[in-house]
Amino acid sequence: MNKILKKEHFSPNVLHFEVEAPQIAKTRKAGHFVLVKVGEKGERIPLTIASSDPVKGSISLVVQRVGVSSAKLCALNEGDYITDLVGPLGKATHIEKYGTVVCAGGGVGVAPLLPIVEAMKKAENRVITVLAARSKELVILEEQMRANSDEVIIMTDDGSYGKQGLVTAGIEEVLLREKVDLCVTVGPAVMMKFVALLTKKYDIPTMASLNTIMVDGTGMCGACRITVGGKIKFVCVDGPEFDAHEVDFDEMQMRLSSYKELEIKAMQQYTETTAI
Amino acid sequence: MNPDTNTKRNEPWREELRKATKNKERTDIPRVHMRELPADYRNKNNEEVNSGLTKEDALKEAKRCLDCPSPSCTNGCPVGIDIPQFVKNIERGEILEAAKIVKQTSALPAVCSRVCPQEKQCEAECIYAQKMGKEAVAIGYLERFAADYERDSGQMAVPECAPSNGIKVAVVGSGPAGLSFASDMAKRGYKVTVFEALHEIGGVLKYGIPEFRLPNSIVDVEIEILKKLGVEIITNCIVGKTITFEELQAQEYKALFVGSGAGLPRFMHIPGENLVGVMSSNEYLTRINLMGASRDGDTPVLSGKNVAIIGGGNTAMDAVRTAKRLGAERAMIVYRRSEAEMPARVEEIKHAKEEGVEFMPLHNPIEYIADEKGRVKQMRLQKMTLGEPDASGRRSPVEIPGAIDTIDVDTVIVSIGVSPNPLVPSSIRNLDVSKWGTITVNDGMQSSIPAIFAGGDIVRGGATVILAMGDGRRAAAAMDEYLQKLC
Ligand SMILES: Cc1cc2nc3c(=O)[nH]c(=O)nc-3n(C[C@H](O)[C@H](O)[C@H](O)COP(=O)(O)OP(=O)(O)OC[C@H]3O[C@@H](n4cnc5c(N)ncnc54)[C@H](O)[C@@H]3O)c2cc1C
Ligand SMILES: Cc1cc2nc3c(=O)[nH]c(=O)nc-3n(C[C@H](O)[C@H](O)[C@H](O)COP(=O)(O)OP(=O)(O)OC[C@H]3O[C@@H](n4cnc5c(N)ncnc54)[C@H](O)[C@@H]3O)c2cc1C
Ligand code: SF4
Ligand code: SF4
Ligand code: FES
Repeated sequence: MNKILKKEHFSPNVLHFEVEAPQIAKTRKAGHFVLVKVGEKGERIPLTIASSDPVKGSISLVVQRVGVSSAKLCALNEGDYITDLVGPLGKATHIEKYGTVVCAGGGVGVAPLLPIVEAMKKAENRVITVLAARSKELVILEEQMRANSDEVIIMTDDGSYGKQGLVTAGIEEVLLREKVDLCVTVGPAVMMKFVALLTKKYDIPTMASLNTIMVDGTGMCGACRITVGGKIKFVCVDGPEFDAHEVDFDEMQMRLSSYKELEIKAMQQYTETTAI
Repeated sequence: MNPDTNTKRNEPWREELRKATKNKERTDIPRVHMRELPADYRNKNNEEVNSGLTKEDALKEAKRCLDCPSPSCTNGCPVGIDIPQFVKNIERGEILEAAKIVKQTSALPAVCSRVCPQEKQCEAECIYAQKMGKEAVAIGYLERFAADYERDSGQMAVPECAPSNGIKVAVVGSGPAGLSFASDMAKRGYKVTVFEALHEIGGVLKYGIPEFRLPNSIVDVEIEILKKLGVEIITNCIVGKTITFEELQAQEYKALFVGSGAGLPRFMHIPGENLVGVMSSNEYLTRINLMGASRDGDTPVLSGKNVAIIGGGNTAMDAVRTAKRLGAERAMIVYRRSEAEMPARVEEIKHAKEEGVEFMPLHNPIEYIADEKGRVKQMRLQKMTLGEPDASGRRSPVEIPGAIDTIDVDTVIVSIGVSPNPLVPSSIRNLDVSKWGTITVNDGMQSSIPAIFAGGDIVRGGATVILAMGDGRRAAAAMDEYLQKLC
């Protein structure tokens, strides 16, 4: 049981939680994630550790409400307890001074991108963040990204905010204009696929942080498996970060859709019975 | 043989009991049948299939045992339970006494009696099977009877503990190895803390073996006793991640027992194995048994109409019978050798067949084919025949050139074994591991680092509950000796 010390809205569907977890706060590194389960019968969902305070013994999480399990977490308040929380999991991000780093995020990838942006900035990189969303209302964490980036480029599909176009257009603009040493991308599999294709063309090393489906998070089940460079990898223990040019994103997208119908049905049921 | 056993055999009551019934009369009694739920009822729910023996049946079965002067059955039990001693106590109606005897050697009798492959262990060595060409004494059933009887009597004895010696020891993992180790160390007066990575206690007993074979309540009773012994259990804590070995040392833990199991699922690396609907048995069973998928849990599980399980071990049988219970029209076992080579317990194979599971021995998958959404819709199977015996002593499967079948499937569960989870070994510097990734230990289960002991599947690869438990006990004895010299 982990107590929620602070809850704050970044936007209607993106929340920031500070959670008591003294042991994890001590050992975690940037890029690590936790698995969170709300309720005895809850699902175990992975969430990146956004930051930690070892003195206070707390970690913070940035959660986007997308389905039932993230909604259940978002429904908790300060003083409530998260039933189960385990971590830190995964391999830590390799953070160093690369030079100029482009961080590209979209959809469910924006929240987990934030700690990477912060860490890259702290390591004295020039950080250019590209955020993509379908329309203005769906742009999240802009303020937090601006606070940690040298530049933020916003792309919307419908042009209702920032520039019109896909995330790749925003990245290409930077690539054409200046020397980039590393690209980091987190988001839906299709998005990462096209980012990888683009940066491959320009020969820019690219790291993708993969958000596959997980169950245990310790290498026991294989639910999170994907193909990287022709080999099976488990995202929870071998990742979550991989060389984007080696990842089979089509397969990842297909695997992410495994439970789509069940998830949509569950969310409908949940919203019918719960006032969000 | 254990000299203790002999002296007990000479106790007056046992001599009398032996004389009371002639051997001929004993051997004429047919082996008892386990009461079980009807197949077409049980394959739709999660109730325990085996209902246990009645007291009458148990007493009758106990009578079959000849109380042999040098009982070969005990040699077949990996932990050397004094089988005739407990069986004869059942015969004379002292069931609680029988339970006590079993518990002197086994920390989890209610569990082992349900899941031990008796036909390969204790019962295989029984004189009935060895010399008389008859069915062995039903040692497993009798052991279960004694354990259940004790539990139901509400008189479950909490074992006595030595006075606390104040020495702290840590355990990684709450599977049978970790639990039995913890129990023995607590009894010796140590302050034991068990760290478990998952949110549930029990290891494979909880997340792997289904309720219909081993109810969680049975495991929970054992865990309660452990807590009464003063063992502290911390869930959601991964040793090597949440807390390191060095930190444990800094917190004054004087030694560590690693019972982290063999949790890493193996795949076959054939085309289509990452399709939607193809998963490891660990994933399938964890979703259902640990997370409550298909019942009251938020976690979903894919389980279709045509479900194929690849493999022939206990895990495969558990998965296939689970698929049947979740409504599969065809639940199939696809196994590359013949049925005789299947490693599963004989009873599980029998139960699976009764429940309507189809067996496809001598078939090996070579490819999975997807529908337009990426979900598996068919599998290609290479037909096999049996060749010469291989290293395992079993006849090896050989392909029949050109003999390939294609069948419709919408869910495939790969259950071809597990490897040791590298998480703990890789987080401890200078810990010796074998080329298979198992932790290397000496006879006392001590690793290359003197303060670290290990046992169960992390040492043996995928093995059995009773072996894991035996390792835990052996490690406890050896660690006690090590710490007594040290402290
Ligand atoms: C290593 C890792 C770190 C993560 N870090 C964060 C984080 O810091 N903050 C955060 O908000 N989320 C993060 N995620 C994603 C988060 O785990 C999922 O959003 C969450 O599991 C969704 O659960 P749910 O039951 O609410 O939604 P579901 O019911 O599972 O899904 C609802 C809808 O969202 C889509 N969806 C769900 N998960 C994903 C996904 N991973 N990728 C693409 N689409 C998806 C589904 O297709 C479905 O349509 C991370 C994932 C991983 C693997
Ligand atoms: C489905 C299935 C059916 C089976 N059926 C039978 C049967 O009928 N009969 C039989 O004898 N055997 C059976 N087995 C095998 C038997 O269950 C195992 O051999 C036995 O459980 C091994 O015990 P263990 O204590 O070594 O490990 P496990 O039971 O695997 O327990 C290990 C525990 O350690 C935890 N852990 C791992 N790493 C860490 C870490 N770093 N920090 C903290 N905790 C950690 C794990 O979460 C787990 O709970 C079956 C196995 C499966 C999967
Ligand atoms: S523990 Fe297993 S092998 Fe030993 S007597 Fe009991 S059932 Fe037989
Ligand atoms: S070998 Fe069989 S008959 Fe003899 S003591 Fe053991 S169980 Fe009884
Ligand atoms: S989540 Fe189970 S192996 Fe990665």
